[in-house]
Amino acid sequence: MERNISLTVNGEQHELQVNDADTLLEVLRDSLKLWSVRESCGVGACGSCTVLLDGRPVSACFLLAARQDSRTVETVEGLGSDDALHPIQQAFLENDAAQCGYCTPGFIMAAKALLEEHGDPSDDQIREYLSGNLCRCGGYPNIMRAVRAAAARMGGG
Amino acid sequence: MADYSIVGKPVDRRDAVQKVTGRALHVGNMEPPGLLHVAVLRSPHPHARIVRIDKSRAEAQPGVAAVLTGADIAAMPGITPYHGPAFADQPVLAIDRVRHEGEQVVAVAAESRRAAEEALESVEVAYETLPVVLDVLDAIRPDAPIVHDEIRPSGAFADLAHVKAGDRSNICYHYKLRKGDVDKAFAEADRIFEDVFTAPPAQHVPMEPHVSLAYVDESGRINIHTASQSPSFVRGELARMLGVPMNRIRVRVPYLGGGYGAKLYNKLEPIVAILAMKTGRPVKYSLSREEEFQTVTKHGVVVKLKTAVRGSAMTARKCEVYWDTGAFAEIGPRIVHKSGYTSSGPYKIPNVSIDSYCVYTNKPPAGPFRGFGVPQVIWAYDSQMDIVARGLGVDPVEFRLEHALEEGDLFVTGTPIHACGLKEAVQRAADAVEWDKPKEPASGTKRRGKGIACGVKAVLTPSISGAIVILNADGSANVLSSTVEMGQGSESLLAQIAAEELGISFDKVHVVQPDTDVTPYDTISAGSRSTYHMGNAVRTAAANVKAELFEAVAGKLEIDAADLEACDGRVFVRGAEERGMTVTEAFLARFGSLGTTMVGEGLCQPVVTPMDPETGMSEKCTEYWFASASAVEVEVDLETGRLEVLQFHAAGDAGTAINPKYCEQQLVGAATMHLGLTLFEQMVFQDGQLLNGSLLDYQIASIKDVPAACNPIVVQVPHKDGPFGAKGIGETGALTVAAAVANALEDAVGVRVRDIPLTAERIYEALKAAGKVNGSE
Repeated sequence: MERNISLTVNGEQHELQVNDADTLLEVLRDSLKLWSVRESCGVGACGSCTVLLDGRPVSACFLLAARQDSRTVETVEGLGSDDALHPIQQAFLENDAAQCGYCTPGFIMAAKALLEEHGDPSDDQIREYLSGNLCRCGGYPNIMRAVRAAAARMGGG
Repeated sequence: MADYSIVGKPVDRRDAVQKVTGRALHVGNMEPPGLLHVAVLRSPHPHARIVRIDKSRAEAQPGVAAVLTGADIAAMPGITPYHGPAFADQPVLAIDRVRHEGEQVVAVAAESRRAAEEALESVEVAYETLPVVLDVLDAIRPDAPIVHDEIRPSGAFADLAHVKAGDRSNICYHYKLRKGDVDKAFAEADRIFEDVFTAPPAQHVPMEPHVSLAYVDESGRINIHTASQSPSFVRGELARMLGVPMNRIRVRVPYLGGGYGAKLYNKLEPIVAILAMKTGRPVKYSLSREEEFQTVTKHGVVVKLKTAVRGSAMTARKCEVYWDTGAFAEIGPRIVHKSGYTSSGPYKIPNVSIDSYCVYTNKPPAGPFRGFGVPQVIWAYDSQMDIVARGLGVDPVEFRLEHALEEGDLFVTGTPIHACGLKEAVQRAADAVEWDKPKEPASGTKRRGKGIACGVKAVLTPSISGAIVILNADGSANVLSSTVEMGQGSESLLAQIAAEELGISFDKVHVVQPDTDVTPYDTISAGSRSTYHMGNAVRTAAANVKAELFEAVAGKLEIDAADLEACDGRVFVRGAEERGMTVTEAFLARFGSLGTTMVGEGLCQPVVTPMDPETGMSEKCTEYWFASASAVEVEVDLETGRLEVLQFHAAGDAGTAINPKYCEQQLVGAATMHLGLTLFEQMVFQDGQLLNGSLLDYQIASIKDVPAACNPIVVQVPHKDGPFGAKGIGETGALTVAAAVANALEDAVGVRVRDIPLTAERIYEALKAAGKVNGSE
């Protein structure tokens, strides 16, 4: 069944017609062309499609769009521009935390949620928070460094 | 090291901003107007005859543009329905028979992915099941069900021309090496060590699943955008299959979301090409993660090793390696050959026999996997090195250093070892883990231990890389290369090489992404070969451009071109910088105009001396060797069998590190990936059905699995023919992880496990069998 929902995505409100079977990921990609939201496992196990839903990190592949009416979504497209990267993006760049880069937007959004909850996270908190995001290039040490650097840059430490 | 301006410097990646903003282009983002989406019906059986397919109801469904079967493809005039890099044994869609669970049977192209999936539900396929063979050792028995009755030659690669399939056997390739007198050495041995090691099929898990898109353009040419590590191969193979000239096919590859060997040769490209031809519309096929598991795997192996020792020296080794290549050979025969000949290790052993077999079973096809089979043989031989050292009461590090081949020594194949920092890698890894420091006293139920392992890989030879460098009149340059950027940093590294050779700054170089219309042939982006091969091709192409540039300047200044050098976009007399001109001025001198380019071409094509088919001997079986050593400290819980890696040191020889940061990332990344494969990754089958085909059930290493101390050690022994002395390092960190961890496990708790993954359950069973559970030792 088709139904209408309202989503505020990266600060902009959208009225969307969705099918009951559509995932949030499908709507973000197919209707809104937010290509940073990437499918990988399709079962909410890898974090590649992590977006913030009302501020909380979720796997967009594992949520039905029809149930997200009136909610707020943030993706990496809403963070920073080339001239003014978000401090987390800047930290990922400076610490070589992106290799193939496919998982990077998901990690950045998960890190944003982490740093909003814990301004000065311990290494264990970083590991715990990011353990749902997978990077097959194995860039975890640099991702750790990037998150620590972002925390310092954002004034948490 | 010589004083270079940009080579050897840790410059940032060119693609970093695109990647942190999420806008980097992947095939999945491409949506040409009128795009059709593909869904494929797959076999529920591991082995069955296709009795009948009824697709009429699917064809009548709304939104369906085409429904295709293997028989349909076989009936298309001029089309060859089979493909494969070693044998043409794989049908694009199953013909008459299915040979593994998940084999592709019927493809639908429809207006949406959902419409395509719904149409598949109305396709009816009647199967008659056939006897199944799953275990690699069962498959070589004379009474085993035969997976392929007939095997068609491929002809895709010249170095595989000698590969011929056996008759009525599941062994599709056998590599043989005979050196010295093995029987005599065993008869005279003081001690004989005999072990069997296994490794299971596993998954590559690139975060970006396979995806390909095809359309026929206005001139009737077939355009492919694909997540592939081998665009040149895809073009050649498609031209052959479709019966069209190579220049009627254009293959382009944007950034890859990881490859690790999964995205080589043809995967989805034939299906999208044929559907695009059939429908006249753009067609995209994206695999789900579940489908990934059915597409390509890492070879499971059984490795039997028998080693003779006399005094403190190893006098003979017999290796039998059985590679489970699944239902289609893929590149299995090459893996069985190239890894097979290294399976006795980089050690001084006078008498060796090796038999390495490529065996069909009814599992999903196995293909190349970061390390190309070498991690599997090192897992075996460097586990056994520890067993032998411990058996002789010799320190494992000393034992390796004593037996390791050195510069100029002959490898078992008779090929001399050159520029291979094996001993340095072992020593530096051992130092990093503080090998000689006494163990901390045991407390509670946890025990600590250290382990080391080493090994070498020989780079794939022969292979070919071509490159073109274009110097523009404003002093900027374009590099045309078919090397695929998949996270390894090749784009930036090739820019560093071109900038260094041309004497222009790094940011003046643009590397064109693979596009078979403009970028020359390259064998594959895999096997740790791009830095050396494409690096050399780019350097030569740049040097050829520089020669033309110098000639222009020399003519204008009336001096000898040999006295010139280039730096920072200027060409000047060596030692007299004021006598020179900018690149732009040189163009004006040469052409009287700025509206042109200087173009240089480069080629790197190392060759081999073919191996003797009976003895496996060759004066030159490879262009270069790369050495790996891993040292780890682990903690094992006697109550649960749980093993935790506390520190990890990954050492590898890069030749010259063109970019030290990328080398370190490759070492750590490869080690992390193989830590997962060592500790928990395995595809579990029951009756030919995969039980854990999703990332909920098949786990890979997460940030929690990486030890806090994870230390890359970049050894640099320059290779005389490498670009600025460089070799490859993409796989090096992967090679020696499993054996190092198993060796540390024995050091910690005194049990030897010969099967990976080293799960808590497996370790617990071994502890129990040794009477060591609950601190009962």
